[in-house]
Amino acid sequence: MTASATASKAGWRVKQPSIIPGFGLTLGFSLAYLSLIILIPIAGLLWRTAELGWSGFFAILTDERTIRALYVSFGTAFAAALINVIFGTILAWVLTRYRFPGRRLIDAMVDLPFALPTAVAGIAFASLYAPNGWVGSLFMPFRIAFTPYGIVIALIFIGLPFVVRTVQPIMEEIDREVEEAAATLGANRFQTIFQVLLPGLTPAVLTGFALAFARGVGEYGSVIFIAGNIPYVSEIAPLLIVIRLEEFNYAGATAIATIMLLISFAMLLVINLIQAWSRRRYGNV
Amino acid sequence: MEVRINNIRKEFDRFAALNDVSLNIASGELIALLGPSGSGKTTLLRLIAGLDFPTDGKIFFGDEDASHHSVQDRHVGFVFQHYALFRHMTVAQNIGFGLKVRPSASRPPKTEIKKRVSDLLDMVQLSGLENRYPNQLSGGQRQRVALARAMAIEPRILLLDEPFGALDAKVRKELRRWLREFHDRTGHTTVFVTHDQEEALELADRVVVMSQGKIEQVGSADDVYDRPQSPFVFSFIGESSHLPVEVKDGTVLFQGEPIGLSEGANTAGDLFFRPEDVVLTDESQALSGKVTACRRLAGTRIAEIDIANNGHAPFHVEVEVPLHAPVELGAEARFRPTRWKIFNK
Repeated sequence: MTASATASKAGWRVKQPSIIPGFGLTLGFSLAYLSLIILIPIAGLLWRTAELGWSGFFAILTDERTIRALYVSFGTAFAAALINVIFGTILAWVLTRYRFPGRRLIDAMVDLPFALPTAVAGIAFASLYAPNGWVGSLFMPFRIAFTPYGIVIALIFIGLPFVVRTVQPIMEEIDREVEEAAATLGANRFQTIFQVLLPGLTPAVLTGFALAFARGVGEYGSVIFIAGNIPYVSEIAPLLIVIRLEEFNYAGATAIATIMLLISFAMLLVINLIQAWSRRRYGNV
Repeated sequence: MEVRINNIRKEFDRFAALNDVSLNIASGELIALLGPSGSGKTTLLRLIAGLDFPTDGKIFFGDEDASHHSVQDRHVGFVFQHYALFRHMTVAQNIGFGLKVRPSASRPPKTEIKKRVSDLLDMVQLSGLENRYPNQLSGGQRQRVALARAMAIEPRILLLDEPFGALDAKVRKELRRWLREFHDRTGHTTVFVTHDQEEALELADRVVVMSQGKIEQVGSADDVYDRPQSPFVFSFIGESSHLPVEVKDGTVLFQGEPIGLSEGANTAGDLFFRPEDVVLTDESQALSGKVTACRRLAGTRIAEIDIANNGHAPFHVEVEVPLHAPVELGAEARFRPTRWKIFNK
């Protein structure tokens, strides 16, 4: 407690009393780097948006097509992240808890969505889940591809490694003794998992959720192939931005980007606050 | 609760961690399992708890054969070496956990759980900390929370694995005394594992000395210290030295010479003695060697003596010398054990 209190206090001082040299140099580098990579592009974005003026900005913000696109983007990303949290945690559990032939292979497969060009994944999903595809035909007349459900499937693929890779190391660290302690106290397996093990994973699961969600909101390549891109139904916000660009409506494109940025930032901030709160409670995770 | 352990054998991948171990624990007894690492003491504790199952043999709780009962059904309190507290739960939630997870038929009402938790907190002297999280507690406090949590389920026996292992020396001493009082007050049958002989001798009614998967000796602190039954116990508990000797016609011979000790049967073996059971003497029939070091140890002075061994590495022994008459380094010292034991080879 005292350590974290002093650390947060030190954060507000310009010169921190660490004996490790190079604070000025590294902080200067970090700021310059962040400026070049993140701050200046975002400032440009806001600058371009500002050309519209408030009324123009509100007109785009309240445009039915923009609202629907944002709804599709954030809704599908949220749903996909939620599904990933459940199944990604199960996958991490299998990988950490059991030893079986092919475990390393599955472990390696989890990272594939990181490496595979997302457009390739999108095309593969589109042909698989299309009404006449292998999987899609099984679900007829319920259509998966070319609807928001298809988008969710693509985003599950994209976000899976984020959840697995954040939960897995924490799961590996769970002390066997904690489970045994629960058993000696009379808890059955079900109670041990749901009351002892999973709550301890909350901060890691939240991190995984935030990463998968943020990745899903920004995803473009895989989604446009499977979404069908029907305006008002399955058109995602990043696609709408590209459409505006192709119309040489740069201010319109940056306005949608700015709205996305603000919503994402607000949501990530909330998740971060929840994480900070749970970290304070459970100790460092 | 009386516990009987009958001819227990436990193998891990063909390696016998415990080999034909039997032990009777009387109701209300405080027992220490003492031994070096790898002696099987923790394995035995886990078998009693039901966290592992024996390859062979039986464990009885009273008259009930508990050998194949699950850990949940055994109702034992187990305190883990690193406490294993649930870090996302407050102290009160940790202690109440065992009551909360009971099936609804036997689960006490919420107010009852709350009262029990607060009684237990009183008992382990942690009142006022019920809303803290484990990472906000000191090591000694965590240890006591772990104990209160184990006691909450009204265990039939209390098992503690190296309960003071992770604490610093001063806290360890305090908790040791506290645990003894706690045991005397509650009267639970208690078994604890330790590799610290001082802890075992001070705390336990009976000490079970283990080595290489076997019980070497079971007895009170006096028994295992004053009447060790095996060379292992003699050298593991307290300080001791040993020399190879022969017994002929009732006289003990070291390197063929009598050393002023007598023994009944003819035999050859190792002569064991403790540093404090030695007198310095001028008589010719005695052990003799060169003083190589002299150390002051709290209230005593210990001399290290090398006894020549015909060109081989010398025998090294330690003897206690009077505080007021220090021996000189390099001088010849003659001494004779006053209490000793010869173990056959």
